[in-house]
Amino acid sequence: MKTNLKKIREKVIESVLMLSSVTTSITVILIVFFLFIEGAGVFSRKPIDDGFLLAVAPSNSVQKLSPAQVKDVYDQKIKNWKEVGGADLPIVLFRTSDISDYYTDEELGENFENFPQKINELITKTPGIIAFFSETYKAKQFVGKELDIDKITISKFLSGEEWFPTAQPIAQMGVKPLIYGTLWVSFGAILIALPIGLAAAIYLSEIAKKKTRNLLKPLIELLAGIPSVVYGFFGLVIIVPLIQSTFNLPVGETALAGSVVLAIMALPTIITISEDAMRNTPRAMKEASLALGASQWQTIYKVVVPYSASGITAGAILGIGRAIGETMAVLMVTGNAAVIPHSFLAPVRTIPATIAAELGEAPNGGLHYEALFALGCILFIITFGINMLVEMVTNRKSHKKH
Amino acid sequence: MHKIVSQNVNFYYGEFQALHDISLSVKENTVTALIGPSGCGKSTYLRLLNRMNDLIDNTHMSGTITIDGNDIYDKHTNVDDLRKNVGMVFQKPNPFPKTIFENVAYGLRVNGITDKKIIEERVITSIEQVALWEEVKDKLHKSAFELSGGQQQRLCIARALAIQPSVLLMDEPTSALDPISTSKVEELIYELKKQYTIVIVTHNMQQAGRISDNTAFFYMGELIEYDKTKTIFTKPTKKQTEDYITGRFG
Ligand SMILES: Nc1ncnc2c1ncn2[C@@H]1O[C@H](COP(=O)(O)OP(=O)(O)OP(=O)(O)O)[C@@H](O)[C@H]1O
Ligand SMILES: [Mg+2]
Repeated sequence: MKTNLKKIREKVIESVLMLSSVTTSITVILIVFFLFIEGAGVFSRKPIDDGFLLAVAPSNSVQKLSPAQVKDVYDQKIKNWKEVGGADLPIVLFRTSDISDYYTDEELGENFENFPQKINELITKTPGIIAFFSETYKAKQFVGKELDIDKITISKFLSGEEWFPTAQPIAQMGVKPLIYGTLWVSFGAILIALPIGLAAAIYLSEIAKKKTRNLLKPLIELLAGIPSVVYGFFGLVIIVPLIQSTFNLPVGETALAGSVVLAIMALPTIITISEDAMRNTPRAMKEASLALGASQWQTIYKVVVPYSASGITAGAILGIGRAIGETMAVLMVTGNAAVIPHSFLAPVRTIPATIAAELGEAPNGGLHYEALFALGCILFIITFGINMLVEMVTNRKSHKKH
Repeated sequence: MHKIVSQNVNFYYGEFQALHDISLSVKENTVTALIGPSGCGKSTYLRLLNRMNDLIDNTHMSGTITIDGNDIYDKHTNVDDLRKNVGMVFQKPNPFPKTIFENVAYGLRVNGITDKKIIEERVITSIEQVALWEEVKDKLHKSAFELSGGQQQRLCIARALAIQPSVLLMDEPTSALDPISTSKVEELIYELKKQYTIVIVTHNMQQAGRISDNTAFFYMGELIEYDKTKTIFTKPTKKQTEDYITGRFG
């Protein structure tokens, strides 16, 4: 009877444990699935608002324009059709709101019922026109020629050099500047944080007196608990002006500022984890080295560091992980210019910062919204790739060891 | 000629005094056994001879220890050089997580020897010295962890010999080994005596009797009796020594 009860209790506990681990796994898979489904949506779409079209005069020989060309046309950087392969004819821009320049309210009718007909008229009499308007104003017998707009493809999405998802009439969906921004900032952060973190870890575990360590270690661990907005403030108030004055820049919000702030944020992780790993080096190993006449430094780099290599790598990955995914602090100090950076002293914009800044204003289910999800997918793939890489490296190393 | 001379050595772990006024001299090319009950300070004394206790926080010593006439606690003494001259073998075999070859080469490399030929030569000689060559010659570049405990301990001895010290300190080198490995190490110590001055800590009375020339009996941090091994084992002058040797305590 008693043993039966015990058995039942064990079974219950077992199934609860199993259930929770299964739920967790399923949740994770669902999140990733959801992310990719939403993100993939962007690739079946045209980078123009739903229900809008771009049209030219029927006599115009231009068949299609790339998103970048459309943008240049509407920014008036391209002013003549010959620049995009058409006849030598000045381009006349037309947006729905421009209609009042051509027709009075009476002519258009009370409910704009004459609108389609007037657009037809306008297109017929203006050979150089390019018109951007809603499908609802497209006449049954439309005289204009609708321009072909390519769907967004993965390769264009990745290679596009301009990120301006709210641009009218064509959204610019190039994530290259964001990917570069993310990589620059993270890479810079690791470049700064790894040597400092390693040095601090070596000092704490191998050189500092017990008293010093007992004082410093909790302090460093405390750093990890500070919310990232606070680091952002710190960066904004101290680092940004410092960079601005040191390098004589017009603005201090740069990739470098982001890297420095992220490095400071990643340091506690790197230090604590590497220090723990170093302190786990068996005393016997260190004594063996010293007893052979190795100096303390030789012992550190020939015994302690190799012995704790996997711990140090783990610390670095978690540091990088935090850096790449970090949003707030970076958003505050990098200037958020979505341009491909050419130096650490240029403003940049990272993927997470973009998602955080833009998701609020992107209409649910719209093109912009889905593009942000696609950004999330890219972020996921980058971090996943890094983890896989490190996994491979550490695995290979441990194979060698044994 | 005395190789190692300690005079009035006191040693403290914080407040706790682990060694009381130890004066003990060791002749060149002899084996000296340190015996005594657990916690009596044998390891502490041994580790003073290559300044291994420097690594422990909050300790201090008084008195003098000289090796070859040089005060090893003098502030001008280079500790790394001292340890090069005074090799140590630990109770538990502690090879590095490296290959067999690299384990033995380690001491040479950290001492600035880069010539591949010299390194290879010394590694091989050292491994031969500990009678391990036949067992490992085909797997020099395999991990040292693939060896048995006894082989690992002999490898650690080879590692200590490779840098050609003149003194060898051994802290219970056979306590983790089986009888066959133990006798191999004992034979080895007997051989090594010709070239080295050896100080060995052991709990095994028979072992002390078999391999040592002199024996020092420690008790509660004090050196109770120090004499020829034969004398200590046949007619000790102190009652405590006799009790310990005959197994009445300890
Ligand atoms: N790192 C240390 N910190 C504080 N006290 C220590 C330390 N190492 C040893 N002691 C103390 O010093 C005394 C002597 O220790 P030691 O290790 O020298 O003994 P031992 O004779 O080698 O014993 P065993 O035969 O068990 O190895 C013991 O009382 C021990 O508790
Ligand atoms: Mg001991």
